[in-house]
Amino acid sequence: MAKEKIHEASKAEEKKQEMILFLSDSEEKEHFLSKGNRKLLTDPLDDNNPITVQVLGICSALAITVQLEPALVMAIAVMGVMAFSNMIISMLRNLIPSRIRIIVQLVIVASLVILVDQILRAYAYDVSKQLSVFVGLIITNCIVMGRLEAFALGNGVYKSFLDGIGNAAGYGLILVIVAFFRELLGSGKLFGFEVLGHQGSTAAESTGLYAFGYENNGLMLLSPMALIVVGLLIWAQRARNRTLIEEN
Amino acid sequence: MEEKGVQKTNSNGYTFMFAIILVVVVASVLAFTATSLQPTQRENVRQEKMQNILATVGIETDRPGAKVLYDKYIIEQLALNSEGDVDESVDAFEVDLSKELKKDDDKQIFPLYIAEVEGEKYYILPLRGNGLWNAIFGYISLKDDINTVKGATFDHVGETPGLGAEITKEWFREAFADEKVLDENGNMVGVSVVKGNNGPSKDDNKVDAISGATITGDGVSDMISERLKRYIPYFKKQGDIKVAIK
Repeated sequence: MAKEKIHEASKAEEKKQEMILFLSDSEEKEHFLSKGNRKLLTDPLDDNNPITVQVLGICSALAITVQLEPALVMAIAVMGVMAFSNMIISMLRNLIPSRIRIIVQLVIVASLVILVDQILRAYAYDVSKQLSVFVGLIITNCIVMGRLEAFALGNGVYKSFLDGIGNAAGYGLILVIVAFFRELLGSGKLFGFEVLGHQGSTAAESTGLYAFGYENNGLMLLSPMALIVVGLLIWAQRARNRTLIEEN
Repeated sequence: MEEKGVQKTNSNGYTFMFAIILVVVVASVLAFTATSLQPTQRENVRQEKMQNILATVGIETDRPGAKVLYDKYIIEQLALNSEGDVDESVDAFEVDLSKELKKDDDKQIFPLYIAEVEGEKYYILPLRGNGLWNAIFGYISLKDDINTVKGATFDHVGETPGLGAEITKEWFREAFADEKVLDENGNMVGVSVVKGNNGPSKDDNKVDAISGATITGDGVSDMISERLKRYIPYFKKQGDIKVAIK
């Protein structure tokens, strides 16, 4: 009886040891989705959104938001690039010579961008044609380099990974919202499906809303409307969250 | 310890070593990916080419389905030399027109695709020329009178979206259908993209231009007439074709 108890106690001790080992293996001794880590993911979605608050990465927001599909693919591509570049830079952060750190960041981001571009060309050829030069231009997206400099160089690997995912999600969220309005109002479709009915050449041939004389707004397809939609989003966000409004 | 570490990473030797190792690692990763994905990418480009060729004869298909329809409708692929003779040693589908156009005139090889759709025979000619910023290319198909256009497709490398890039749009391509490439004297003039093409006449060798895209439009006109003229020797040699070309 006593023997068994001792055995059990030693087993429990072993388990505890294992736990400690496991915890000390991970960089931060906190839960994977602790409050701090969750904040890394959710902050960029709203209070610290790269597009609407920091006003970074506007160029691509304007170029590839005519339809939802390329916007979504772009968001995923940026997410991949940001998560991995943040991780890699964070891993190397104590090894990178500070004098060439920007060059190192550029090399890492550029190669990840080429990887994404090559993969899209092989497995999502039509989308990659639509995104054309903009995949390559992810490297010039200020959000990527900005997060490397501001976060990954000074934080652990897992936190940097979360930060990359969070910021890319914040960017992607705005992209998808803008694309939703532009595709819906500009061509009456969502993901290429005619959700507002079919527009024939005459009213009699049309179905859905078009049968009542509704017409697509061609202006939504032009680039300026992307900026105007982003502007409206910024307005809506600041009306809801007044702490974002600057003093002056 | 920390001080020492900083000093170490700041030395010139370390910086050089770090840069060299980084570049070698990155280069090998990229080279490996590019090589391993290349077959899939090539296949995509081939499928798209088939899709474009089929579109000129009115067969619309998605990219994965292009191969089957291509084999069904395209009955012949010929590689022609400048004399109009068939060069059997070359696979016409693999001819890269951009490379051929850099060669001397008499050494160029041009592909010709012959399609048969519902009993009608069509000749499909690849096009390549210059737009405003970069190359433009496409395919044009002729009915068996070697005069009437069946259809055309265009693509470009870097024309301005909304202006020159509109040549890929259906409304622009549709205008080419039923246009004539020979003038009333039987000279090969192609189809010109012109401003103020009043009336949709199909006999004047002209289609409407895109406003704001004059240079791209001129590029399309030049490309069509230049390429079509190259095939005259071949068409003249075909006894069974009623050729009106002079």
